[in-house]
Amino acid sequence: MATITTDVMPRRRRPRYLLDRVDVIGPLFIAPAIIYVLVLVALPFFLALYYSVSAFTIFDPSYRFVGFSNFLDVMKSEIFRRTLINTFVFTIGAQVIGLLLGKFAAMLLMKEFPGRGLARALVVLPWAVPVSLATLAWQWMFDSLYSVINWTLVAIGLLNPETHLQWLGQQDLAMLAVTVVHAWRLFPFGVVIFIAGFTSVPKDVLDAATVDGAGFWRRNYQIILPIIAPIVVIALIFGTVFTFTDLSVVYLLTKGGPMNGTQVLGSLAFQVGIMSGDVAHGAVICLFLFPFLLIAVVVFLRALRRREI
Amino acid sequence: MRLTKWLIGEASFYAAVVTLVTFAAFPFYWMLITTFKTDGDLYNLKSNPYWFNAAPTLEHLRYLFNETLFLQWLYNSAIIGVCVVVITLLVALPAGYSLARMSGRGAESLGIGIFLTYLVPPTLLFLPLSRVVSVLGLQDSLWSLVLVYPTFTIPFCTWLFMGFFKSVPREIEEAAIVDGCTAVGAFVKTVLPLSVPGILTVVIFAFTLTMQEFVYALTFISSSDEKPVTLGVATDLVRGDIFYWGELMAAALIASVPVAIAYNLFLDRFISGITGGAVK
Repeated sequence: MATITTDVMPRRRRPRYLLDRVDVIGPLFIAPAIIYVLVLVALPFFLALYYSVSAFTIFDPSYRFVGFSNFLDVMKSEIFRRTLINTFVFTIGAQVIGLLLGKFAAMLLMKEFPGRGLARALVVLPWAVPVSLATLAWQWMFDSLYSVINWTLVAIGLLNPETHLQWLGQQDLAMLAVTVVHAWRLFPFGVVIFIAGFTSVPKDVLDAATVDGAGFWRRNYQIILPIIAPIVVIALIFGTVFTFTDLSVVYLLTKGGPMNGTQVLGSLAFQVGIMSGDVAHGAVICLFLFPFLLIAVVVFLRALRRREI
Repeated sequence: MRLTKWLIGEASFYAAVVTLVTFAAFPFYWMLITTFKTDGDLYNLKSNPYWFNAAPTLEHLRYLFNETLFLQWLYNSAIIGVCVVVITLLVALPAGYSLARMSGRGAESLGIGIFLTYLVPPTLLFLPLSRVVSVLGLQDSLWSLVLVYPTFTIPFCTWLFMGFFKSVPREIEEAAIVDGCTAVGAFVKTVLPLSVPGILTVVIFAFTLTMQEFVYALTFISSSDEKPVTLGVATDLVRGDIFYWGELMAAALIASVPVAIAYNLFLDRFISGITGGAVK
């Protein structure tokens, strides 16, 4: 009897002892996540930094150091400047349309009415459905010959049947098209964020304000908005980052054309880095995203902190 | 007088709702009607495009399933989705638990740090990652996506798990430990069973996130039979310059429906995750 206990206990105790210690388990549990992120996010990022100062192309994979000449090449290029402007127009345009529509839609959907659940489900569709598939539908709606939008405009008399609007073939229209499609994709996200925000505003605060004589606008901008501001900021950052770095919508609708008229940073980096195989210059273009991401992160953290107070 | 005012109010309210829903959902109606129209009906400038001018047809669906790789792409997407979900659960579940139970500012910063990697966009990393993928010999293979997709599912799901686990009272595990469980045993036996709804949410979300990704797939994979459905439909149903709109829209519709349903069901949890639990 005594021999059994002395035999078994030491073998079982040690692993048990280790698995009982929170200071061991904590790091052990989180390590895989950190390693995954380090290896496949941080490492590639440094690789990108390195590509940007080398002469790396897929045809000549040399890691020869060339300093900042890639950056100079890119900044001197007319196409790049055009791309940068497009990226801002695209981002700001899509954000503004998306936010306004989102807020408007959220205010409508806050009200109880028959069919509200269905309306909400349908409004959320553009955000839920895979971007490449949804964008295909728009491509078909913008078709150069069979565009339903043109057909409708002609039918209600806003457009002369002889003028065929080339939605994706004229620079200004194409820019409008990609921005609207992205805003369409984004606004449901705004809707759900605003609904979540509105529901979090305490009813008694609103009632008190109404009793004190605050009207619709005053309630909206001096009471509701400050309360929901942190959430809106977080949503805004997500939206901005997703728009600023988007390449799917532009790639699928116009491939950056016509004549680079809708080229944004993501699509240009894809064209240079993958299609033409000039990895070094592609990496430089991607890195121009980084300062904006950094700003986004800082604002995000501040919003997060304000939320906790 | 009052009644008219009320009627006008109601009417304009519903008009606004209908306009909004039309804007959001019209492209999906367009997919639906295009799927069932004959080519003669689709490519006719004279006829009203909003409705059928010839008898509906199943020809596009037949072509899509019999003559294209559509089923293969759906299968690929399913493989990728399932593998990524498994990897995500294995990594994010313990990480989320660890962050929920660790105390102090360090744990909080670590949690936020991991979440922030979700903000790192594919556009910043697709070039170096395409080199990493080709060095690993995974180029043109769907396994490259299985490797890379967890880079955005893990951060987001770790964050979601952290929220779920924080809502499970510590006392339950402590009771289990007093009863003779190890800390890990207590986690497996008491916390996990209580977190089934949370785990289910994460499974759905990781899956839909893999379904929505496009940039990495576009960059890494060029052989048709390795593509996920979102890429295959967008690139391989276009032959030369000719768009087969009937087939394209049918494929887009079929692949969208399950994702849209799943997303709608779990939307509220997703939002509370993304706002950092700001809204309960």
